[in-house]
Amino acid sequence: MQEFAAEGRKPEYLFWVGCSGSYDPRAQKISVALVRLLNEAGVDFAILGDEEACTGDPARRAGNEFLFQMLAHQNIGTLEQYGITKIIASCPHCFNTLKNEYPALGGHYDVIHHTQLIHQLLKDGKIKLKESAEPLTVTYHDSCYMGRVNGVYEVPREVLAQLKIELKEMSRSRSNGLCCGAGGAQMFKEDEPGDKRINIERAEEAIETGAATIVANCPFCMTMLSDGVKAADKQDEVMVYDLSELVLSRIEK
Amino acid sequence: MPVNIIFFIILTLVTFTWAGKRFYRIWKNIHLGKSEKIAGNETQRWRNVLLVAFGQQKMFKRFIPAVLHLFIYTAFILTQVELLEIFIDGFFGTHRFFANYLGWFYTMVIGLIEILSALAFVATIIFLARRNILRLSRFWKAEMTAWPRLDANLILLGEIMLVTAILLMNSADTVLQQMGQEHYPSTGYLPVSGWLGPMLFSGWSADWLMWIERLGWWMHVLVVYGFIVYLSYSKHLHIFLAFPNTWFAKLRSRGEMSNMPVIMNEVRSMLGIASTGDAQVEADTNPEFGAKDISGLSWKSILDAYTCTECGRCTAVCPANLTGKKLSPRKVMMDIRDRTEEVADKLHSGSEQYIRKDTRGEHVKLDISNFDDGLSLFDRITEEEINACTTCNACVEACPVLIDPLEPILQMRRYQILMESKGPAEWVPMFNALESSGSVWQVPEARSKWTEQISEK
Repeated sequence: MQEFAAEGRKPEYLFWVGCSGSYDPRAQKISVALVRLLNEAGVDFAILGDEEACTGDPARRAGNEFLFQMLAHQNIGTLEQYGITKIIASCPHCFNTLKNEYPALGGHYDVIHHTQLIHQLLKDGKIKLKESAEPLTVTYHDSCYMGRVNGVYEVPREVLAQLKIELKEMSRSRSNGLCCGAGGAQMFKEDEPGDKRINIERAEEAIETGAATIVANCPFCMTMLSDGVKAADKQDEVMVYDLSELVLSRIEK
Repeated sequence: MPVNIIFFIILTLVTFTWAGKRFYRIWKNIHLGKSEKIAGNETQRWRNVLLVAFGQQKMFKRFIPAVLHLFIYTAFILTQVELLEIFIDGFFGTHRFFANYLGWFYTMVIGLIEILSALAFVATIIFLARRNILRLSRFWKAEMTAWPRLDANLILLGEIMLVTAILLMNSADTVLQQMGQEHYPSTGYLPVSGWLGPMLFSGWSADWLMWIERLGWWMHVLVVYGFIVYLSYSKHLHIFLAFPNTWFAKLRSRGEMSNMPVIMNEVRSMLGIASTGDAQVEADTNPEFGAKDISGLSWKSILDAYTCTECGRCTAVCPANLTGKKLSPRKVMMDIRDRTEEVADKLHSGSEQYIRKDTRGEHVKLDISNFDDGLSLFDRITEEEINACTTCNACVEACPVLIDPLEPILQMRRYQILMESKGPAEWVPMFNALESSGSVWQVPEARSKWTEQISEK
């Protein structure tokens, strides 16, 4: 973003990478896939790099409002400085906080999740899918923050349908989808005492569908489901991919 | 004045005075919560009341119980017409006051009530079986102790008694009409008592039938009156509170946690950002953040708690509860209600022992602002419970009457962190990393280092 500003240019979008997308080795791959897709489609965007801070979602949900407000105001200041109005988020938690929580603090943006943007790019013909592709059966995991919280259920499924991929739904899907266990700052702690970890329950449900691939839209879900698949010792048979990675593997370049 | 009219009037007065006091108490208890103005967007609020409360929209996430519940609900709504007639007959000593005036319309309404009552009867039996014989797991979770289970069964038994009373009364009446007894105006052919009456009572003497008809009538009155009072002690309040509760339900995005303007302004002044006009808030000298007790919760959360009918749909979909953790959204709501009742009882006693020590004085009267009994919500809802929540909103989605169990959980987390500096130890490194590096993990490398991978193959 700094470079754009130095050249006096303003990109159409800001790609909000998030902590996972920046630092988590698996989630970095999602960021990379998404950037390649955006480049393919000719989307004009920039990232903040070191000027980006956590949106504050886990701090707020853990109850630490001070920390949330600090981070949020810092980010709002940065966004204001660059005059950013349109944001692409690859993490549903970043998406939600930017879209639904920053307005009360004075930050108003047009926020789009990458699954929604990919849907739009396909619709506009900005990215073209290969004519023939290997048959694949997948199951789709609704993240809580895109699904129940923001009501986005059909858009990613429509993308999958365009990829000519067979979708096998889990018994708990859409508004009844089961959480992966990471939200509400659970990502950063062990589960409370119980019979089972939540991610294992969800991964087992996904494996039961018989699908070869679990499709996620959230880097936290990605971590949780991958761990769950490993715990079931199925990591060689069942892959966990982000929707952007699947799309990237099936576009005409 | 005949003795039965006098008795009816006294009974009615006693019932409504008693119930009135009880409901006023509940209204006051709800206002023990923090005041919060909930208004605006009336179109959406009407939609919620009409679709969710009146139209039972969310019940239909589970089809079979929804249909069974619909029978009981519609029977209940329609029976209110009959209740009106009971009042008139009771006060003026008339018999089936409307029958003479409404003709076919009367037959239709009473006939419909009979059909729905019969369906409600069947539904109630099935509901009793689901609870006590099939033992559906959500009715037997840890928080469903002896009283909540008995409460549910008493309500179902009351419904059976009510339907029995209606059909007994109508059946005897039908046979009396066929015998050509005076004072028994024609109701027309009624779909249930039309055959049930002759089947049960043909050949009985008129004296016996009149006695049975009266028995049914008084049983109807007593069950309804008993219900009105009992409601205020029971989880069954949802039949009234579902309506205001859906009206006042949160309309903001589910993803937006309530803002804390005091903290926002403090952070803004620290960062040297001017506060916007509407966000100006009088800073309390000693503010309490989050909720330790019911007085720290929004009044809406207490309304939620009184509205809860303990169906357990929230708990049945809670990922924490499903995997054996202690958290149960239903228990959270039940605990809030029980704690509210406890606080209200103690406030009602006026006893000085419940006045916070540093505020005691000769003319100081006990009220919610100085109340301190050494207990709080945390004595009922443990840290282990609130810390297990993933904020997935499944409980919010599941509730048929738009209760928000997530709100009090998050308010208690706020209290835990902001006032007590407690909480899961594993969160401390995350907080520290956020403070020092603006990222959830303390990572030495640059935030943009991943971009080097873009050109790699």
